[in-house]
Amino acid sequence: MPTLSVDRVSLTYRSKRGPVAALADVSLAVASGEIVVALGASGCGKSTLLGLMAGFLKPSGGAVTVDGVPVSGPGTDRAVVFQDDALMPWLSAEDNVAFGLQMRGVAQAERRAAARDMLAQVGLAGCASHAIHEMSGGMRQRVGLARALAVKPDFLLMDEPLGALDELTRERMQMLVLNLWQTSGKGIFLITHSIEEALFLSTRLVLLSPRPGRIVQRYDTGFARRFIAGEPVRTIKADPDFLAMRDDLSSAILANAAEDAIDVG
Amino acid sequence: MSADRASGHGAATALSLGAVFAIWWGATASGLITPLFLPGPGDVALRLIDLAQHGFVGATLLQHTGASLARVGLAMLFAVITAVPVGMAMGLYPRINAAIDPLIEFYRPVPPLAYLPLMVIWFGIGELTKILLIYLAIFAPLAIATASGVRRVDPNRIRAAQSLGASRDQIAWLVIFPSALPDILTGLRIALGVGWSTLVAAELVAATRGLGFMVQSASQMLVTDVVVAGIFVIALIALLIELVLRWVERRFAGWASAG
Repeated sequence: MPTLSVDRVSLTYRSKRGPVAALADVSLAVASGEIVVALGASGCGKSTLLGLMAGFLKPSGGAVTVDGVPVSGPGTDRAVVFQDDALMPWLSAEDNVAFGLQMRGVAQAERRAAARDMLAQVGLAGCASHAIHEMSGGMRQRVGLARALAVKPDFLLMDEPLGALDELTRERMQMLVLNLWQTSGKGIFLITHSIEEALFLSTRLVLLSPRPGRIVQRYDTGFARRFIAGEPVRTIKADPDFLAMRDDLSSAILANAAEDAIDVG
Repeated sequence: MSADRASGHGAATALSLGAVFAIWWGATASGLITPLFLPGPGDVALRLIDLAQHGFVGATLLQHTGASLARVGLAMLFAVITAVPVGMAMGLYPRINAAIDPLIEFYRPVPPLAYLPLMVIWFGIGELTKILLIYLAIFAPLAIATASGVRRVDPNRIRAAQSLGASRDQIAWLVIFPSALPDILTGLRIALGVGWSTLVAAELVAATRGLGFMVQSASQMLVTDVVVAGIFVIALIALLIELVLRWVERRFAGWASAG
């Protein structure tokens, strides 16, 4: 059971006005079978945190490790799903999904068969030869998910994957993410600025404060598991516990934003 | 664009072309302009048939056209082989860009005719000088377009490929190159336009075949109908090159304009 750990990580980058602290002293761990969600307003460094975990960025302090081994760069053990899908628009849906297998030298017939299988799992059976520019935002995100899962990673890192989708598509995608989480058993790290999404899609939740990003609160949440156990999404999102936590998080975000404003002022 | 608007545009095009043709025909048929200055459309058409059958200055129209196309084709081939990798390197590595960009920007604005004499001194009056001249004209816009296309690649697309296990070479040729392809093809279209215009200049130098040479010789012998016919053929081929490249852009980079 691999674990992706972030241990007392900070990141400071240089700007024209001097050093800017994007993240300060952040620690968290994602184990297989967990969904950890980082919730925070824009500019709280949550994308930076994901970039560090993916290996796109190097921490200024602290360490990112997988089972104790430091992360030295991007790798197929930590597949990433991006908000802007980041697909290859010149490739068909199946060739996008097969991209990671192509990089490993898997033969075309074999990788396309695997890609079609993945596409079916994300609800895109029959869309294998579709061009990316013919697909809606929701379909593209499904392709992005299938592409990430096709390389059989240990962890799925999702950078506001549903942020650009409309409300209805978004809820269907949330359910898809949970179903894939259950069938694949991956450890998932997901960032979002939607409180409802954070609650529904997590087993654990961390709240980040703005600049520099620090974890200000941690919650154990049970709503993702309740959905997997068969409870309908509408019932879960209308549950008094769910609503109470949502209010609690709203207040916490507001309080942190106010503190931040005072700091600046 | 509505069908109405499109047909309106077509009508405007037909009207302006028709007007120019009518003025040309009227001015020559009435004897207002002598054939030495400007032969009529009929004479030019007959001359074109004659050029195709009997040729001019030792070669048929097809042979002249073939010689010109071969020069531009070879120059383009070498330019694509060299300018695309150079442009990729410039786009990927700011240091390489800093080294090469000033060289390109130094010669690019200079008209090819201005450095042609120097190239004749260096490389003689053979094919090499002509092909090299066209090559240089194509190289600069193609390398610049490639470099700027490479710089515009979505960084997340590169990151996605990295976390899918792509190596540096795989990212360069399977992610960055196809991402930049629309810009490269647009650059090639512009570059070939420049290359084809440079051809006439290149063929002024001791050529024995080629459309530029044909027009130049005809001008010296005051055979004006050949000059006009040659200009038409040069323009027609430029148009064909443009259309072929637009087709290539749609075929291989259609995703970029499809949104």
